[in-house]
Amino acid sequence: MSDSGPQYAAELVVGLRAGNRRALARLLTEAENGSPAGREGLRLLFADTGRAHTVGITGSPGAGKSTVTNMLAKAYRAQDKTVAIVAVDPSSPFTQGAILGDRVRMQDLSGDPGVFVRSLASRGALGGLSHGTLDVVAVLDASGRDVILIETVGAGQDEVEIAGAAQTTVLINTPGMGDDIQAMKAGIMEIADVLCVNKADHPGVDALIGQLRALLSLNVHADWQPPIVPTIATQGEGADALLEAITAHREHLVSTGKLALRERDRFRRQVLAIARAELLAGMLHGPRGEQRLAQILDDVTARHLDPHSAAAAWIDQGLHA
Amino acid sequence: MSDAERKIRVIVAKPGLDGHDRGAKVVARALRDAGMEVIYTGIRQTPAMIAEAALQEDADVVGISILSGAHLELFPHILSACAERDITPANTLFFCGGIIPDEDLAKLHEIGFQGVFGPGANTNDIIEFVREHVAAPA
Repeated sequence: MSDSGPQYAAELVVGLRAGNRRALARLLTEAENGSPAGREGLRLLFADTGRAHTVGITGSPGAGKSTVTNMLAKAYRAQDKTVAIVAVDPSSPFTQGAILGDRVRMQDLSGDPGVFVRSLASRGALGGLSHGTLDVVAVLDASGRDVILIETVGAGQDEVEIAGAAQTTVLINTPGMGDDIQAMKAGIMEIADVLCVNKADHPGVDALIGQLRALLSLNVHADWQPPIVPTIATQGEGADALLEAITAHREHLVSTGKLALRERDRFRRQVLAIARAELLAGMLHGPRGEQRLAQILDDVTARHLDPHSAAAAWIDQGLHA
Repeated sequence: MSDAERKIRVIVAKPGLDGHDRGAKVVARALRDAGMEVIYTGIRQTPAMIAEAALQEDADVVGISILSGAHLELFPHILSACAERDITPANTLFFCGGIIPDEDLAKLHEIGFQGVFGPGANTNDIIEFVREHVAAPA
């Protein structure tokens, strides 16, 4: 059953195409792990991808990402769209274990066969997603879901990888975070296509919306002004407006031709990332890769060689080995 | 990631109406600290919700915590909801914990719960139990 070969992948793909959710779940595991079966499954399914609207949901820990995701999923279901949710939570840097708790806030989606929720651990990746996230999203896309909501780990300033993974990125802000807005200026604010102001029943919401407007007014050249949508996700308030803003963004991407450009850009980054990892693995596992590295590191620790020269020497030897 | 590093994925769920989830959280935390990926579903889970979570998350292990005394009532429902989704004791490890009288142990083993951990159980024993029983992927 846990065969990792092409035969197993082919069986899972047949199951997935027949609508078997167990096969889908198992293929997601293989894709997440980057196993041979996962890669083979993706190869077989890749032509079926590119149909779903992928929406990233990001924001600080506690901003309400899971609750907003839950609310959005229900709003899409009310429009008869099928939904997949990919929820990423952090892995422990010490034990590599994880507690994935996003389902706790998605209880009322349970029992609806039109919603499929998958929790992922970040597994040491630092950009707010995990290394397997794009492949997991691709498999869900191929399974025919209309919308894929991708919830990042609690993001601060630099966890901006979601912008490259999703077509539309929703940044969740909450009142009462004060100067965090200032801190966000340079990093994560720039990737927002839609600004959701959650917990809009809390004090300070008007001040927050004012600050966000002021920040946006600096974007004079942008051809898309991120709309600001207040929500109270625990009560489902603002769901339709948020969904409308997300849909409008996708229409903007399509009408301006940016959807294709962004997609090409995403594939470029993905292909280069894979190539980089493969090249590095090839060097490390190639002729005396580790041994040569150890020798070079001796020179570095003895201060005979700086790290830049060391890397160049290691690569050069590897290419001519 | 090679198959050797494949993560053990565990569902930790609390069925029924009692809301005391401290035990479930202690176990979830211990399994996390042992390097496993624990999907915590929260309290008041119906058998269908637990089975659905196990399916969608492709869990290797399902751990159920119960304090209400309704285990002999609820657990067969959980197992049959799982079986409807091809999740059975033959392909998934089931264990439980909570307030469970000794005379019920044999019955729980018989229906498919390979491990039963009561109050005072050592979390290291639970970790070892899970590691031993999760079949290493071929």
